[in-house]
Amino acid sequence: MNAFLALLLRDMRIAVRVGGGALMGALFFLIVVTMMPFAIGPDLGLLARIGPAILWLGALLASLLALDRLFASDHEDGSLDLLMMGRMPLELAVAAKAIAHWLTTGLPLVVVTPVLGLMLNVEMNAMGWVSLTLLAGTPALNFIGLIGAALAVTLRRGGLLQAVLVLPLTVPVLIFGVAAANAAIVGPAPFGPPFTILCALSMATFVIGPIAAAAALRAGQE
Amino acid sequence: MAIIDLANPTRFLNFVNRLLPWLAAATVVVFAFGLARILNAPDDYQQGATVKIMYLHVPAAWLAMMCWGVMSLAALGTLVWKHPLADVSGKAAAPLGAAFTFICLVTGSLWGRPTWGTYWVWDARLTSMLVLFLLYLGVLALYWTVEEPGRGSRAAAILTLVGAINIPIIKFSVEYWNTLHQPASLFRKGGSAIDPSILAPLLLMAGGFTLLFLTLHLAAMRNEILRRRVRAMRLIQAQELAEVST
Amino acid sequence: MVVGRNGAGKSSLLRMIAGLICISGGSLALTGGEAEGTVAEQAHYLGHLDALKPSLSVLENLRFWAEYLGKGVAGLEKALDTVDMGPLADLPAAYLSAGQRRRLSIARLVAVERPLWLLDEPTSALDVQSQDRLAGLMRNHLAGGGMIMAATHGPIGLDSALELRIGAAA
Repeated sequence: MNAFLALLLRDMRIAVRVGGGALMGALFFLIVVTMMPFAIGPDLGLLARIGPAILWLGALLASLLALDRLFASDHEDGSLDLLMMGRMPLELAVAAKAIAHWLTTGLPLVVVTPVLGLMLNVEMNAMGWVSLTLLAGTPALNFIGLIGAALAVTLRRGGLLQAVLVLPLTVPVLIFGVAAANAAIVGPAPFGPPFTILCALSMATFVIGPIAAAAALRAGQE
Repeated sequence: MAIIDLANPTRFLNFVNRLLPWLAAATVVVFAFGLARILNAPDDYQQGATVKIMYLHVPAAWLAMMCWGVMSLAALGTLVWKHPLADVSGKAAAPLGAAFTFICLVTGSLWGRPTWGTYWVWDARLTSMLVLFLLYLGVLALYWTVEEPGRGSRAAAILTLVGAINIPIIKFSVEYWNTLHQPASLFRKGGSAIDPSILAPLLLMAGGFTLLFLTLHLAAMRNEILRRRVRAMRLIQAQELAEVST
Repeated sequence: MVVGRNGAGKSSLLRMIAGLICISGGSLALTGGEAEGTVAEQAHYLGHLDALKPSLSVLENLRFWAEYLGKGVAGLEKALDTVDMGPLADLPAAYLSAGQRRRLSIARLVAVERPLWLLDEPTSALDVQSQDRLAGLMRNHLAGGGMIMAATHGPIGLDSALELRIGAAA
């Protein structure tokens, strides 16, 4: 079995076995979305209108905070050193870890979204489209957050620093994601253009993210 | 045999093994009676037969809160009296409490669809239940992430007690929040006065749920004790192999 | 053998050769090694940390590194046997003692074939019998044409070792 698959499967196996690791992101998503009405008020009409925005913000925060541990655990037990000495380029190793992370953390977010949409009174038939935008957009959030995680590991500052570095970079994803979701619910703007741009962003960050993260990891060695 | 003798895990396991079949049988019997009375109970003049979801929804809510009470007692047992089985009890009760809260939320949501026209409404009681559910999930997350049983239990016990103090405060503040924003619709539950023909099945269901909780709780405690024994045996195995090959 | 006082830079030297620290000048090459590979790709690094995942079993940990660093998973059981960890193959790595973790890391060196071994204080956490076993493995490696650079405070059982002293009179 080649190195890429081996690393991918290993990360997924660990994420599933370590108690609650994969579901913690979904739980945080649930909590953040629940917090919003306490601040905004239980007006169902208002919640339905800003529902997609709340879902996207929740997914953004949950993705970002979950990425904190991506490189940290490998760095702490010395695995990162050995990962850099493999025959596979570090960029590919980072990509494998990122994909494993999205499968175990990003996908659960997308799966939980319909339930949360229910609580926010989002229209049921539009719920599918909103979930689709999250499905297309969470990879982009993942690969951008990768860069922050790599920088934070080598700088040893952790969570908040990483969020500060990465949040501005995620602005385009947020804009087009919410635009696509809103287009699905209220119209009149079409769903197509923002959605395709969202997919393009995911694909572009799939390339840029691992390259930048690998460079950050190499630059930070001591 | 005094209660304190049960502190010995082996004796506790024997006690549970003998008691469990009776508890399970009692649970089934009480549920059977309860369901029979539900079928005969009158319909609500506004909601029709859907009001009968109440017989699941209300006992589940009572159990959800009672379970946190049980967990709080267990937490005190762990932190203050250092009873050996207290943390096992807390860890076993947490998933059950979460499940009852979940049942309460889901049945409440399904009840809301025909009654209020929507699956979810941010009214005071449902919202308090939702926050309680999140607290349960938090305690469960704590039990799952910490590998070592002892450390995880102490942390979870602290969280449980903090939650116990906080829950009345949360309930109060959620009701206040609800009065600030006029809810979009009003609702009625069950009727203005509780008629005996409704009260009896309700209490029977509550009794059945309580017996169900007791049965599952003791079974879960037994599982947890066995799980810890397996873990200890694995540790010993590793140590023995270390000594043999050294 | 790389010797010197604490803090002289033995570990840093090994990490530099392993490619884990950026070199500000000069170049590294392995004489007699592959032309296209970097030194890091042809070296094993055994540092202070063990690179073991507690939630995976002993065999799963070893298999992962064999697949990632090497070309295949043949000979994993044999590698475990050389460090006498065969019976522990299915035990989760969380239950291992410090010495057992060290031995599992050494099994990695046996399971994946690489010409250069970079060892940072390899005998730490090992009892006498395991140290002898390690010395035997090192002699086999050298006899097969391999090269070893070991940073150490004391003797590690190799008699004909060249000494590289760091931090001596400059």
